[in-house]
Amino acid sequence: MNLLSYNAQWVLLSTLLLGMAAGAVGVLSYWKRQSLMSDTLSHAALPGVVIGFMIVGSKQLPIMLLAAAISALVGAWLVQTIRGSSRVKEDAAMGIVLSVFFGLGIMLLTFANRMPGGGQSGLDHFIFGQAAAMVQSDVVTMMLVAGIVLLIVVLLLKEWKITLFDASYAQGLGFSVKMMNSLYTALLVLVVVVGIQAVGVILLAALMIIPAVSARYWSNSFSIMLLLSVCFGGGSGVLGTLISTWGKGWPTGPFIVVTAAVLFVVSLLFGTSKGLVTVWYYRRRQTIEKQKHALKAVIASELGEGAHQ
Amino acid sequence: MSYSMWILLTASLVGVCCGLVGVLLILRRMAMMADAISHSVLLGIVVAYLMTLQLSGIHMFIGAIVAGLATALLVQAFNQLGVQQEASIGIVFTTLFAIAVILIATKAGNAHLDIQHSLMGEITFIPWNTVQLPLLGAVPWAVVSLSAVLIVILLVLLLFYKEWKLTSFDAVFAASIGIPVTLMHYLFMSLVSLTSVAAFDAVGAIMVVAMLITPASAAYLWTDKLSVMLVLSCSFGVISAWGGYYGALWLDTSISGAMAFATGIIFMISFVVAPRYGIIAKYRRVSPTQALSK
Amino acid sequence: MSAVITVNDMNAAYRKSEVLSNVNFDVNAGTLTAIVGPNGAGKSTLIKSMLDLHPRSSGEVAFWGQRYQAVKKRIGYVPQRGSVDWDFPTDALDVVMMGLYGSIGWLKRPGKGHREQAMEALRSMGMELYANRQISQLSGGQQQRVFLARALVQDADIYFLDEPLAGVDAATEHIIMNTLQQLRDRGRTVIVVHHDLQTVEDYYDHVLLLNRTVIAHGATGDVFTTDQLVKTYGGALRWLREKV
Repeated sequence: MNLLSYNAQWVLLSTLLLGMAAGAVGVLSYWKRQSLMSDTLSHAALPGVVIGFMIVGSKQLPIMLLAAAISALVGAWLVQTIRGSSRVKEDAAMGIVLSVFFGLGIMLLTFANRMPGGGQSGLDHFIFGQAAAMVQSDVVTMMLVAGIVLLIVVLLLKEWKITLFDASYAQGLGFSVKMMNSLYTALLVLVVVVGIQAVGVILLAALMIIPAVSARYWSNSFSIMLLLSVCFGGGSGVLGTLISTWGKGWPTGPFIVVTAAVLFVVSLLFGTSKGLVTVWYYRRRQTIEKQKHALKAVIASELGEGAHQ
Repeated sequence: MSYSMWILLTASLVGVCCGLVGVLLILRRMAMMADAISHSVLLGIVVAYLMTLQLSGIHMFIGAIVAGLATALLVQAFNQLGVQQEASIGIVFTTLFAIAVILIATKAGNAHLDIQHSLMGEITFIPWNTVQLPLLGAVPWAVVSLSAVLIVILLVLLLFYKEWKLTSFDAVFAASIGIPVTLMHYLFMSLVSLTSVAAFDAVGAIMVVAMLITPASAAYLWTDKLSVMLVLSCSFGVISAWGGYYGALWLDTSISGAMAFATGIIFMISFVVAPRYGIIAKYRRVSPTQALSK
Repeated sequence: MSAVITVNDMNAAYRKSEVLSNVNFDVNAGTLTAIVGPNGAGKSTLIKSMLDLHPRSSGEVAFWGQRYQAVKKRIGYVPQRGSVDWDFPTDALDVVMMGLYGSIGWLKRPGKGHREQAMEALRSMGMELYANRQISQLSGGQQQRVFLARALVQDADIYFLDEPLAGVDAATEHIIMNTLQQLRDRGRTVIVVHHDLQTVEDYYDHVLLLNRTVIAHGATGDVFTTDQLVKTYGGALRWLREKV
């Protein structure tokens, strides 16, 4: 892919925006303690994608995205229902929805592959992501969605903060926690459905988890974490896509994920707030200070004794 | 043995192996770990292939177990460094899986290692890949490996039955009476890895997750006894396997997809009609205190 | 009377903060001791650090002069009720029998004799009618009695209990404290994290006042005074202010 080509620039722009949106919502997921819900929903979206294709008869992105969103929402609802109405716990509920929906999706995929216009290319890219195969109109759609997500997250910053950290307190203050939760689910579904274009169903969770966790090692402030996560997500998106262009037919997803993972390891070690090396360094300084202090005290007392005698 | 009988046997073995392991999986709340391990074993398989240039055999199993253990260890490590459990799982398995896909796309491009295959499995090829056994003649490799894994699972499960029960129910108490809880945790993760890779060939990664989690969850809704839960889980697994196979033939669609979906159907039915823990029973029930005084 | 438990200079940390520092105390046989202190004082951590369930950053703990690992079988632990999955497919009798797993040993199955022992323990807790009830169907107090029965069946010489009376009804509290006092009268050593200051003097012959370090410990009459309590709880106020 020629980097300077018109198409290439569109693709890079889209992975940038997708990464940013995923980074933003990923922070919300992390503080809601539901990091793997994105994994569940991305698998749950598959039947929708295929049904969307089958209804229209050709690969039309907006329809497929809508169908995928509906499918993912049904999945989310089922997880809640299973968990809320039976003794089955949340992790099992997520696993059930994830695998059963995906199985359904695969079944439908074999039907779709037999339809005219189906074939391997378009639909299979949903599994591994192939940003480079996107057409300009696709990119525009996705940019719009990503833009909306980022806007909503930023506009409601203080509402997110308060409802995430102390929902009951927020409720008491008059914030509608229920509305925020519904909004969160909507954002999650939007990012999932749009993100699987770039990285595919299986690796979407990575984009929604890794940048957010990486950001934590640089700051304790919610806003800064959000900003950093957006940067890490966008950065991984662009870098990963660039790297994937070096080989013919390489899928974008894995390279974006590995880029994000490298950023994570760097953050884990050297992050200014909690990075392991950073913490070790400061502890060492503290210990040395303490030792100096203790030594001084001993010397002072010795001198004191001497002076008295 | 006819062609379809081999397939059904393989699928049934997957149902039983996953059914047994799945019960402990959901009771120990490690369902998502199963999702994680079933993806990261791909890396183990790829590395084993790159090192030995052989596609089947014991090396794959070893590679898978190593990958599975690595996953469990890394998740534990990140967790102890302060990362939330779910996030740790997410970071580890997606990265390992991504590395595997990259390795396949770049180095092993000319190999038969096909990602699609690992994810979706290709059970229709099972009967053709055979090994020669002494008394039995030509037996599909998948049947042999799954049977071996089943024996291992049964042994480990039955020999240490009460220890599994206790560590799953109350790990803190178990530790206080001297049971090596951490060791058993990693032993269990190895078992999950082993089961995953054995079932890969047959039903692929995602279906392994379905087979591990869903029949066990369905069984959970029918009983209060661990032993019954184990039997039910295996039964549901086998029924899903058979139902899925015939359903796929009838609809002319992916067999593994159909099997996964079948587990979902059984779960949904259980969710609604199970006596005492199903939805219908719950709505019919009198208040708990009245029930206790009866 | 000899000290069956000795703790010397024990420190313990959680993540980055010191939770326990410089903990020193002894416990004699045949005593019923309450561990008392404000929230965050490290009471649960104290027990866990002594039983190798939580790492110690320094210090030594000895039971009859030996390391915990050597005498594990003679020590029983009833943790706080939160850590268990109530939906687990098991009934009250089954839970009590789990207390015998340590003595049954590897590879062997529980037998009739073990069932009888378990039933006996349930009987002593007034729970024999609930033997086959799945545990989520029991009330909080009933669940607690089952867990105490599980500890009794171990027939240990030392018992640690972490907030056994939290959220239980009056009848359960009565049965539990009665049982603990009987254990003490039979020469066993019982240490309990107790949350209700009002009842300490009624139940316990010894008290350990804890707020990240030992403020005082000894016979209830000597130690459980207004002065010492202010030191224990007043200190907590200072600590909270530092954090904020």
